[in-house]
Amino acid sequence: MSNIIDQVADKVLEIVSGLKETPKGAFNIRVNGKGVKKSSSKNIQIVSKKDKEGIDIIVAPGTKGETVHIPVVLDHSGTQELVYNDFYIGEGSDVLIVAGCGIHNDGSHLTQHDGIHSFYLDENASVKYVEKHYGEGTGDGKNVLNPITNVHLKKGAFMELETVQIEGVDSTDRETNATLAEDSKLVVKEKLLTNGKQEAITRFNVDLDGENSSANVMSRSVAKGDSKQYFYSVINGNNKCAGHSECDAIIMDNGFVKAVPDVTANHVDASLIHEAAIGKIAGEQLIKLESLGLSEEEAEARIVEGFLR
Amino acid sequence: MLELKDICYEVYDEVLDGDKEILNHVNLTVKDNDFMVITGPNGGGKSTIAKMIMGIIQPTKGKILFNGEDITNLSITERAKLGIGFAFQQPVRFKGLFVFDLLKFAAGRELSVDEACVYLSEVGLCAKDYVDREVNGSLSGGELKRIEIAMLMARKSSLSVFDEPEAGIDLWSFKNLVEVFQNLRKETSGSILIISHQERILEIADTIAIISNGEIREVGSRDEMLPKLMEDSMECTCLKRRGEKHE
Repeated sequence: MSNIIDQVADKVLEIVSGLKETPKGAFNIRVNGKGVKKSSSKNIQIVSKKDKEGIDIIVAPGTKGETVHIPVVLDHSGTQELVYNDFYIGEGSDVLIVAGCGIHNDGSHLTQHDGIHSFYLDENASVKYVEKHYGEGTGDGKNVLNPITNVHLKKGAFMELETVQIEGVDSTDRETNATLAEDSKLVVKEKLLTNGKQEAITRFNVDLDGENSSANVMSRSVAKGDSKQYFYSVINGNNKCAGHSECDAIIMDNGFVKAVPDVTANHVDASLIHEAAIGKIAGEQLIKLESLGLSEEEAEARIVEGFLR
Repeated sequence: MLELKDICYEVYDEVLDGDKEILNHVNLTVKDNDFMVITGPNGGGKSTIAKMIMGIIQPTKGKILFNGEDITNLSITERAKLGIGFAFQQPVRFKGLFVFDLLKFAAGRELSVDEACVYLSEVGLCAKDYVDREVNGSLSGGELKRIEIAMLMARKSSLSVFDEPEAGIDLWSFKNLVEVFQNLRKETSGSILIISHQERILEIADTIAIISNGEIREVGSRDEMLPKLMEDSMECTCLKRRGEKHE
């Protein structure tokens, strides 16, 4: 019994987007390189692009409290796609966008989704964007996700980006570029766990161009096994502004984490902070939880779970 | 309940370029339902004993028996499962774990918010403000300390060990702390072992042990030990005063 697509796709859909049935309102569900279900609402238009793969999401000015779901599932080993999604968020609107990409790869072929997302937020618009990446499957084909997110915030706009990658993605190179006009604000929360031989690169490039603009980029990650993580965060303060980036990583086994802070003040009233902390789980944390009856493995798992919550 | 038999502990000391004795043939018994306070000068080995009971450090020589079972080589987890609980002198912070999480781990089961609130209220914290607080740098030392004690209340161990619970707690909380231990006594059927310098905690003990220079100097009932301790501290003060006059 399937509720949306089929059993395999439905399971992955639920993991990446929380959907148990076809959503109400505006949505676009993309499976194996094609849009399979799509719907617009009164205030939110979803339009397929004619010249390339992807959609335009157009939110009418003043739209409040609506949710847009745009999940992607790949369950045919060997599918590779490049998709362009453009979001036009009207003045004064406030919406939640739930994206996410899940790969179920039982084959031996490289399976890859590269999404290029561009957000254009009009004055005083507000968006929360949630994106979850996930991979599974019994095959030895690699699961690869390389998203690029471009954010353009006009005066007074606000965007919160929450990205999560917890499991099964062999390689990811995530790039986020943002330009902020006056009084606009960007908050980024990244949560990342890599294991085995997985590799994850995160790049943030934020230009605080407008007066009183602000950005807060926070990354929490765990590198297990032989996995490698690279975190590059560039914040340029080009006006009176506030920028903060924070990379907090737990390293385990033979993991590798590199964090490169890069803050540049081009204005005397730019206030910029970067924090980076990398370290293994503190011995005293393990001892504390063991003294409450947890085994070392359970203690580690609980600490990692909490850290990435 | 708990027996420390001929416990020795030595660590390598760089200055001495040799082993330094921290505990020297310590023998100590905590009886069932006993409320024991171990006191003595700083650096005497009190905290070492507490950590050794929990299994955080291993003795160089000697045996630890818990309810007759030799637990010397058991891990921290195994000892916790047998019923030993430990409140750290300096509580640990956890990014991402909430007070509620720690209380649930301590209880070893799911807890309702109401149950968690009972433990937090006992240590003087307004429960609804704390259940969902992250146990990170946003909590003060005193708050962490109280949460540490609440965890041990939720744990309901048959032997609860507190390493200097008063350290880092402000005066107001301290008054409550004594009540907390009095309540803990009433509510738990187990033994309580507290490492402390505080007279008011000594006053509610059944048994007091004095340790200095890694050796147990004396163990006895509160009524027997308190006057001696008072005498010692008077002597100390007098000596200090005399010393000042001589100068």
